[in-house]
Amino acid sequence: MSTTAQTPFEPKTSTGRITNFVDERVGGSGMLREFGRKVFPDHWSFMFGEVALYSFVILLLSGTFLTLFFDPSMAETHYNGSYVPLKGLEMSVAYDSTLNISFDVRGGLIMRQVHHWAALLFVAAVSVHMLRVFFTGAFRKPRELNWVVGGVLLILSMAEGFTGYSLPDDLLSGNGLRIIDGVIMAIPVVGTYISFFLFGGEFPGTAIISRLYMFHIMLIPAMILLMIAIHLFMVVVHKHTQYPGPGRNDRNVVGYPLGPVYAAKAGGFFFIVFGVIALVSAFFTINPIWNYGPYDPSPISAGTQPDWYIGWVDGALRLMPGWLFNIPLEWHIPFPWGVNTLTLNVLLPALVPAGIVFTLLFAYPWIERWVTRDDREHHVLDRPRNAPTRTAIGVAGFIFYCVMWAAASSDLIATHFEVSLNDVTYWLRALFFIGPILGFIISKRVSLALQRKDREIALHGRETGRIVRLPHGEYQEMHAQLDDYKRYKLVGYESPLAEEGIPNENGIVTKTEKRRAALSRFFFEDRVAPATQAELTAGHEHHEAIEAGEEAKPVSRY
Amino acid sequence: MGNHSDDLPASSEVVAKAGHDEVEKFQDPGLPPHRLRLADTDPKAAKRAERQVAILFGISAIGTLLFFFAYFGIRLDQTIATLRLQNMFLGLGIGFAMLGIGTGIVHWARALMPDHEVSEERHEMRTEEDRLAAVQIVDDIVEETGIKRRPLIRNTLIGAMALAPLPAIAILRDLGPLPGNAMHTTLWKKGERLARDPDGTPIKAADVTIGSAFHVIPESLNTLTEGKLNEKAKAAVLMMRLDPDELHPSAGREDWAYNGIVAYSKICTHVGCPVALYEQQTHHLLCPCHQSTFDLTRECKVIFGPAVRPLPQLPITVDSEGYLVAQSGFHEPVGPSFWERS
Repeated sequence: MSTTAQTPFEPKTSTGRITNFVDERVGGSGMLREFGRKVFPDHWSFMFGEVALYSFVILLLSGTFLTLFFDPSMAETHYNGSYVPLKGLEMSVAYDSTLNISFDVRGGLIMRQVHHWAALLFVAAVSVHMLRVFFTGAFRKPRELNWVVGGVLLILSMAEGFTGYSLPDDLLSGNGLRIIDGVIMAIPVVGTYISFFLFGGEFPGTAIISRLYMFHIMLIPAMILLMIAIHLFMVVVHKHTQYPGPGRNDRNVVGYPLGPVYAAKAGGFFFIVFGVIALVSAFFTINPIWNYGPYDPSPISAGTQPDWYIGWVDGALRLMPGWLFNIPLEWHIPFPWGVNTLTLNVLLPALVPAGIVFTLLFAYPWIERWVTRDDREHHVLDRPRNAPTRTAIGVAGFIFYCVMWAAASSDLIATHFEVSLNDVTYWLRALFFIGPILGFIISKRVSLALQRKDREIALHGRETGRIVRLPHGEYQEMHAQLDDYKRYKLVGYESPLAEEGIPNENGIVTKTEKRRAALSRFFFEDRVAPATQAELTAGHEHHEAIEAGEEAKPVSRY
Repeated sequence: MGNHSDDLPASSEVVAKAGHDEVEKFQDPGLPPHRLRLADTDPKAAKRAERQVAILFGISAIGTLLFFFAYFGIRLDQTIATLRLQNMFLGLGIGFAMLGIGTGIVHWARALMPDHEVSEERHEMRTEEDRLAAVQIVDDIVEETGIKRRPLIRNTLIGAMALAPLPAIAILRDLGPLPGNAMHTTLWKKGERLARDPDGTPIKAADVTIGSAFHVIPESLNTLTEGKLNEKAKAAVLMMRLDPDELHPSAGREDWAYNGIVAYSKICTHVGCPVALYEQQTHHLLCPCHQSTFDLTRECKVIFGPAVRPLPQLPITVDSEGYLVAQSGFHEPVGPSFWERS
């Protein structure tokens, strides 16, 4: 211990004095020491989450601007703005103020465009980010809870998108609300009541826009912000995952320090995302509400489309047949107090596919954990090919989603490709069931084939394209060996074996355990064993034996 | 690939056996050696990168200027073309302003900042020592509250907590009225004239030619001062005239049409979109939202798509002046199904 009393730090510049003042009161030095050089792994696929975060910031900025001019009232008014074709038309104040933002507020249109494009990108980035996390196994311990937070964010972002889409009270979004009302009505027992409470009476009423507005600008964004805060907090706690490679393992994190490289790249990337959204908004019109006209329950335009992220739910509604052969899917059930109606043709497609997707999505980390009995922490990602069954499940789910998504455009597919609308629907109905199965089989086989290719390259090197003729007439292609670093990337992964059921303490293999064993076979029966050092050495020896008898060659041959 | 076939998974040497251990695995060679970039070794390259970054920042500044030029320089004159032009330049301005900064910073980071990858240890998510300490703290807290020893406090608290949120649900009661009879009624009643949507002029039967289709509202709709859209959402009707021989009315509905003129609810029985597409040749009605298709010649029976029920028919006739009028209201609720509908 030093005996001299430490003299308090005396800053010399004015900046130093201010910094010191703050530091002494909030302890910034400690935080900077902890985080200033924190290591972040780098990979292009880690950007999707960043894109989502940045588009959300852009949404907050552009959305704040829009609230300054938007009026969410459904009171009737007559348009008197700059857009001539709609002059004098009766419309709601909400639609009127959206027209004013577009035509009479300078920069209003570009802000609406930026806001809408950023919203589309936000949900897309969240979705792709989740796909990345799923296919690389980043949801495994200790990150299961953060996966759930991400799933909640996906649902919230869809809700935020839909409420915002409905606000202008134009014909297109009004019909979207009509559909939502129809779906709510189908809920047994309470559906009619929920509808009347939500709309403040009969559809469309005069309350729904201002209520959605509250959800859109306050409740849901606040929940998204909270979830993002939890999400990022957990990222800091867990530290980021990293792709497999030489020098990387579950006990370390390899990458660039936060300051300066990572912070500069990530910070710069915000401006790039903003710039790209601005350019897209400059050149591509999105949601030209002045073409649709104000909401009116009677007219409608053909080829109506929801925003892309709602498409899969709408598509499910379209795919569902009302009649299955001669059985109606609306049932009138006689109860002692009278007959009630169960609207399966609406309820099933609205609830079942989304239910399946989200249940599996939220439960998957626990399913895989149960099957593999793997309770270790994983910080090194899987290359998707090295987890073939997981990859296949992901692809199956993705195709399941995409078939419904395509179905939301069945009429446009029919008109663009000049095929029958009914045939498009029939094909998509078939694909709804067959597509995921085919996708599962094909992607699993492709994964295994890629693993074999990796094995081949790890053990025998890359093809060089050079063919040599040996003295005894045999032709062989020269292979170039990988260096240790590149080879390790191909071989440094785990490949679990299928497990038999494990007896419990009484020596009995329980039913649950048998089920687990069956799932374990389903996951791991088909596998390509990773190359081992022994095989590589054996290959070399075998090869050297040939060479010894045939003079040394300049390039090793495999 | 090459001349090797001994690496197929089928051959025995490849099938990994349980119990294979670390010895067989490849050793991690550690981080690859760091490779210098051009700018690390060549001062000229570094200088060039520096200039490029500065140029990108310069482009950003020009973008900001472009924004101001578009904002103040382009005068909106009530034409779409000018608006589009301004929108484009505002977007270009913001786009370049942002992209210039973004690409500049990223280029700076990639070309000039150190690109040494470093390795950091991860820490255990939870240490056993922390766990024991936390368990001790929780035990102490529980002990100090005495909640285990005083079940009366615990149980009354649980009861109170279970009741307390109920007002938060009850207070939402006034969000809307109860449905009552609203779903079962529309503006249509005996003698209500069929009028054109949206101007509300009544329609003479003589004006309806074979093959034509009319978007129809009740004549009294436009006189409403409140709740017009609510009523329209239930009362919208499609009216078409066919050759009477093509209609096949069921028993009891023979006189619901007038001279081949039929009127059906326009609100889809699936989820309520307006069924607005009439195919004159096939006499099919198509809902553009989910493609439910109704056959007009068979009382709008569903022939394709997700709807189950036919569109409700509005019985019509003519009044003394020759205008088309409703014989009565709809005989069933219009629009999507709901629980109380029977």
